[in-house]
Amino acid sequence: MSKTKGASRTSASGHNLARLTDLYATMVRIRSFEETALQAHKASEIPGPLHVSIGQEGVAAGVCANLGRADRITSNHRGHGHALAKGAEAGRMFLELFGREGGYCGGKGGSMHIADFSVGMLGANGVVTGGIPIAVGAAQGLKMLKSEAVVVCFFGDGAVNRGPFLEGFNWAALFRLPVLFVCEDNGVAAFTATASVTAGPGVMARAESLGVTGLSVDGNDVIAVDAAAAQLLADVRSGGGPRILHARTYRWTGHTSTDAAAWRVPAEVAAGKAGCPIARLRTTLSERGAKDLDTIDAAAAAEMAACRATAHAAQWPRPSTAFDDVQDIGAVRHV
Amino acid sequence: MSKADATIEVTLVDAGRLAVQQEMRRDPTVWVLGEDVARGGLWGQYRGFLEEFGPERVVSTPISESTIMGAGLGAALVGTRPIIEMRIFDFVMCAMDELVNQIAKIRYMFGGQARPAVVVRMPHGMWRNSAAQHSQMLESWFVHLPGVIVVAPSCAEDEAGLMVSAIRSDDPVLFFDPKDLWPLTGTMPAGEIAPIPFGKARRLREGKDLTIVTWSAIVPKVSEAAASLAEQGVHADVLDLRTLWPWDEAAVLASVAKTKRLLVVHEAVEVGGFGGEIVARVIDQLGPSNVKIAKRLGAPRLPIPFSPPLENQIRVTVDKIVAAGLAAARA
Repeated sequence: MSKTKGASRTSASGHNLARLTDLYATMVRIRSFEETALQAHKASEIPGPLHVSIGQEGVAAGVCANLGRADRITSNHRGHGHALAKGAEAGRMFLELFGREGGYCGGKGGSMHIADFSVGMLGANGVVTGGIPIAVGAAQGLKMLKSEAVVVCFFGDGAVNRGPFLEGFNWAALFRLPVLFVCEDNGVAAFTATASVTAGPGVMARAESLGVTGLSVDGNDVIAVDAAAAQLLADVRSGGGPRILHARTYRWTGHTSTDAAAWRVPAEVAAGKAGCPIARLRTTLSERGAKDLDTIDAAAAAEMAACRATAHAAQWPRPSTAFDDVQDIGAVRHV
Repeated sequence: MSKADATIEVTLVDAGRLAVQQEMRRDPTVWVLGEDVARGGLWGQYRGFLEEFGPERVVSTPISESTIMGAGLGAALVGTRPIIEMRIFDFVMCAMDELVNQIAKIRYMFGGQARPAVVVRMPHGMWRNSAAQHSQMLESWFVHLPGVIVVAPSCAEDEAGLMVSAIRSDDPVLFFDPKDLWPLTGTMPAGEIAPIPFGKARRLREGKDLTIVTWSAIVPKVSEAAASLAEQGVHADVLDLRTLWPWDEAAVLASVAKTKRLLVVHEAVEVGGFGGEIVARVIDQLGPSNVKIAKRLGAPRLPIPFSPPLENQIRVTVDKIVAAGLAAARA
């Protein structure tokens, strides 16, 4: 069914137990990473703002299961899950969140700027919509270099009201670029319901008006996300130009870790949590006789706890490294 | 290819074109994107490129400045070397997130994983009564921005040599073409265009009475003024900085140590202009007792008006430069 090149697994049917188990493990690792980071932030171990993606794991896991190492992704400010699903190491991510030596960015980026170019993760982004022009440019560059790799651009529903959304979609369609846009629609732009600030019928209509077609799925159904991503990426890889995957999901937490989200309607939160992508897949897997789910849960918890402890004990970066990696020529060296 | 001392006469716009052409022939990962570049660019900077390099490397884009800038960055992150043409400098305001928050930051905030090897071409300055949104010089904003190189040539030879350096640089380079000087002719060596290193000023005139530091489109006027000053017995040491970050502080300090008098002349608004930084550094480094006078001459803090007499009213003219030079020499 899938023409996916370079992907680790090619089944998109949702019937392959091993693949479903892998999707489950990815989601559980993301959930555990985010919960552990949230605890560490509340314990004042992590400085600065922290945006977690609890509840949205199905999108990152389902999409990235269809990517190979050479494929690239761009992400946004809520990007831990995307990085993990693309193959970034949890340990180096925790070190970066803690601002410690050995973190992905040497402590210069933090939560909002996790990048791992070695696995094709071209960076989270602190500016909403910031990843869209970068993603289409990466796709243009790859096309120019005759690469078979493609680009996936993760962004939220809040991004559709900034100009670069229009520019980037028009551009990708115009030049038939190998990019899959993934709109992770959690319904809320920071603290504001996206529907209350968005005219018209929404992201799919806007995309289609710019010549970018795609699929809209329940983003908390990872099997559906996986299948849709496989289908759309097959189109992208075969030179069909850009596609969009619209994945409806729910953000369980506030905008940042310091936002208790008391402003949200309790019934809405309860309904959102009832759609938990991990619980849903767990039920499916249990029905199909998967046995090692508790082991997966425990392994993820242990892994993230160890990453947290290691990061907490790690060295701070040497202060003089603040002067590194600005530019080759004209770099300042005053301390 | 030709004798070492053979030279060619070219306009500034052709000098830039020949430099880009040379580098695109040398390196297949160099390409150009921007509005109307496939038809040669607004001033012929890319004339003949579509025919030679094809539409994948000479990409005429929609009027989408954010994505012109951001796509250039994205393409650099996968290993190409884009020349991002902004058409007219003033339009970069529509791409400031991509330039300031993304291009200038990406290497640093990712801990050195990324090298955004882009050249952003931004023809700037007053130009034939083009009014407030097509005439600005705001180069000082970008000298203030860590992570970028700031280049502002004033003659054909520097346009070419600095462009070669810019394209080969792994740092992002903001290249301010002096658009009022596109037709200015100059001579440069025939054959291979050699890179001109960043941070080296060009001495336009040697003198002992006064140091004049300048750059970009005002330079020919400064040269004319310096000749007039010489006729009046004031011999100025004139330095064209050519690049503003890095800038040739050593050359400026050596000159002012000799003349004790400094005048910085730029077309941009004087308030908050880069002249202020130069004056401050010179006094700081040489000590106030070793500098008799340090003055700036720039435009008044006004938008650029349209009508010729209004535009002329706020222009930094040869007469104003001569007057400022005489005042500084006699203070």
